[in-house]
Amino acid sequence: MPVHKVVVDILLKPEILDPQGQAVANALPSLGFAAPVSVRIGKHAEVEVDAAGPDEALEQVAKMAEVLLANPVIEDFSVRLA
Amino acid sequence: MKIGVVTFPGSLDDRDAQRAVRLAGGEAVALWHGDADLRGVDAVVLPGGFSYGDYLRAGAIARFAPAMGSVVDAAKGGMPVLGICNGFQVLCESHLLPGALTRNQHLHFVNRDQRLRIASKATAWTSDLPDEVVIPVKNGEGSYVADEKTLDALQEQGRVVAYYEGGNPNGSLRAIAGIANERGNVVGVMPHPEHAVEELTGPGTDGLGFFTSVLKTLVQA
Repeated sequence: MPVHKVVVDILLKPEILDPQGQAVANALPSLGFAAPVSVRIGKHAEVEVDAAGPDEALEQVAKMAEVLLANPVIEDFSVRLA
Repeated sequence: MKIGVVTFPGSLDDRDAQRAVRLAGGEAVALWHGDADLRGVDAVVLPGGFSYGDYLRAGAIARFAPAMGSVVDAAKGGMPVLGICNGFQVLCESHLLPGALTRNQHLHFVNRDQRLRIASKATAWTSDLPDEVVIPVKNGEGSYVADEKTLDALQEQGRVVAYYEGGNPNGSLRAIAGIANERGNVVGVMPHPEHAVEELTGPGTDGLGFFTSVLKTLVQA
């Protein structure tokens, strides 16, 4: 079976406070950048799987994201082919 | 009464938890993350620290340890389980408790003596506590979050066991410091009762009450 690379992007849900993002947003003006309206920081994972086709690869990795890579209580995730 | 303390790679407070068990009058049993055998213990403590380096999310990897499979089964059967700090994170990641612990609101690691209001004594680990205790809090990811519905349910059902008093150290929603499951056998607290068991090394001995609570609960069972 061919190898497919699937990208998972994980971000805190909009209603969950992101203190890391806020700290970065507050730091940017001190470096001379215009103050951003907002910054949200998340995780990016690249998972390579053996799968018959791209749909199966996406399905496999979406399941991994749901069970382990993301915590659905606080995070949203999206999967796409690299 | 035998109380097991699970050591994960990266656990820090396992020895302190064992010591607290002994000072409270129990027999402490060291349990190993890679071993599914709980060695006949009557209750389990998941200690503080940084299990598996907090990789991915605090507590996320510990959930898959062989010992945790046994702890989850035992907890569902009614065995008392206390998660302290990282142990609380592990309990949430294992879905034994609702919600999650996230980065402290102000991003700083907090380490201080903390006043807590004990809001429920109807659990295996809090029955012997006074209305207020002072125990140390030390965490970087201790901000308790859950959706509004879950928070309402926890409060209505008397499942918030402790609230922060005199300042919320990490931005936890509704100043929640600890919660219990519906049955009251599983409790998670962010502050560290095992660091307040001797006058010499802590702010007092208020933490002992968590451990004497479970010993009394077990004797009565």
